[in-house]
Amino acid sequence: MRNIFLFIRRYFTFLTFLLLQAVAIWFLFNYNRFHRAKGLGVANEVTGWFNSRYNTAEDFFKMKEENRRLHTMNDSLMNLLSDNFVRIDTSSITVSDSIPFDTLGHYRRYLYRQAQVMYNTVNLEKNYIQVNKGSNHGIKDDMGVLGSDGSLVGKVVNVSPNFSQVMSMLHVQNRVDVYLKKVGSSGTISWDAKDPRFLMLTRIPRHDSIQKGDTILTGSYSVSIPPNKLVGFVEEIIRDKASNFITIRVRMAADFQDLQQVFIVENLQYDEQMRLLDETRKKIK
Amino acid sequence: MSDLLRNIIRFMLFILVQVYVLNTIPHLHRFIVPYIYFLFILWLPFNVSRMTLLIVGFLTGITLDFFMMTPGLHAAACVLIAYLRPFVISILSPKDASGFNYGEPSPKAMGWTPYLVYTFILTVFHHSYMVLLEWLSFGSFLSFLIKVIATTGISMLLIITTELLFTRKAKFRTNTA
Repeated sequence: MRNIFLFIRRYFTFLTFLLLQAVAIWFLFNYNRFHRAKGLGVANEVTGWFNSRYNTAEDFFKMKEENRRLHTMNDSLMNLLSDNFVRIDTSSITVSDSIPFDTLGHYRRYLYRQAQVMYNTVNLEKNYIQVNKGSNHGIKDDMGVLGSDGSLVGKVVNVSPNFSQVMSMLHVQNRVDVYLKKVGSSGTISWDAKDPRFLMLTRIPRHDSIQKGDTILTGSYSVSIPPNKLVGFVEEIIRDKASNFITIRVRMAADFQDLQQVFIVENLQYDEQMRLLDETRKKIK
Repeated sequence: MSDLLRNIIRFMLFILVQVYVLNTIPHLHRFIVPYIYFLFILWLPFNVSRMTLLIVGFLTGITLDFFMMTPGLHAAACVLIAYLRPFVISILSPKDASGFNYGEPSPKAMGWTPYLVYTFILTVFHHSYMVLLEWLSFGSFLSFLIKVIATTGISMLLIITTELLFTRKAKFRTNTA
C-alpha cells in the first residue's frame, strides 16, 4: 500500500498529464453526443458575447457587400409580388396573410427567421458558424440555414438560449442531397476540406448534357433544408472511367468568407416527419 | 506589473488574436492554418511549477476550443507541450550556471539559437499531436505530414515576427528576490 502511495507521489505530474489528456480526448471524441451538455451551452453564451462585440466592428466594413446581396434578393422577391401580375377576368384579389394555411389548402411548410452571423471560420476542416438567435427565439437543432441571397449555408447543430452554432457547408461531415436543375439527377454534396469556394458533388450518373455553369439546387428529400434553393454552379466535371458515375466540383453560390446575415429555416412539419420515421423504424424492426 | 497580472493580460491577448485575427483571415491554403496562441505557454515564467503548467495549458487549450467548437483538440495539444516544456528547458539550460538568469523564456534570456530550438521543438509537438487528432477523423497520411510541416513553418514565422516586434522587458533574476 505504501509503495502505491509512493508511486503516485513520484509520478504525480505524469499522472495529471495523463488525466488531462484523457479528459481532452474524451471531450473530442464524444463531442457529437456531448454537445447538448450544460457546460457547452454556457461556453456558447460566453463566446457568443465576445463574438457579438467583435461583430459590431466587423459589420461596419462589410456593409456594402451585404447591401448588394440584399438588393439582389429584394429584386427577385419584388418580381414575385402579385401586383406584377394582372388577371383580366377576375373579380377577386388574392390576399395572402400570415395564417398557416389558406382556403385552397396551401399549408405553410417553411418559416424563415433572420439572424446575424457572429463568428465564422473557413480555415479549418470542421468549420462552424455562430449566429445570434437561440432557443429563446425558437431556434431548434437541425434547422436549415440559408444565406441572405437564398443560397445554402448549413444547418443548426447546437443551440443555447441566445446563440446557436451552425454546421457550415465547409465541414467535412456535412452532407446534403442536391440535384442538377437541368438534367434532374440527384446526388450528395460534401466538402473535401481543400478549398472553401468549392464543394464536391458525387455519385451523379453519367450524363453528356451536363456542362460547366449548370445550376445545382437543394433536393426535396431533406427534412431540414427547403427544396429548390441555390447551392452553386458546376465548375468542373471529373469523369471516372471505371464506373458509370461522375464527380462534379461545385462553385458555391454563398461566399463563406464574407457571411453576414442568414436565414434560419424552420420546417413546421419537422416533428411529424421525424415521428413518422421513428415509428416506421420500430414497425419494420 | 506582477507576473500573474501580466500573464492574464497576455492570455487574453493571445486568445483574442488567435480567434479574431488568425482564424478569420481569408483562406490561404488548405495546409496553412496560422497558430500562435500556444506561445503563451512557451512564455510562462521558468519558475512555474509543473502542475500549474499542466493546468494552465489545459485551460488555454479548452478556451480556444470553445471558440472553435472543437472541445478537447487544442486542449490535448496544449497539455502535451505544457508537460514537455520543463524537459526541453532543462536540456537547453546552461550546465555551468544554475539555470537561466531571467524570469521567462525569451531570446534575450536564452540566446537566439537555444530559444528557436526550444520554440521549434514544442511547436512541432503541438502541431503533430493536433493534426494527428484531426487526422484520426479525416484525411490521408500524406496530407497529415504536409500539414504538420506547413503549419510549423508558418507558426515559426509568426513567433519570430512576434519576438522582433514586441521585445519584452526581461527581468533579471537576482538571489535577493
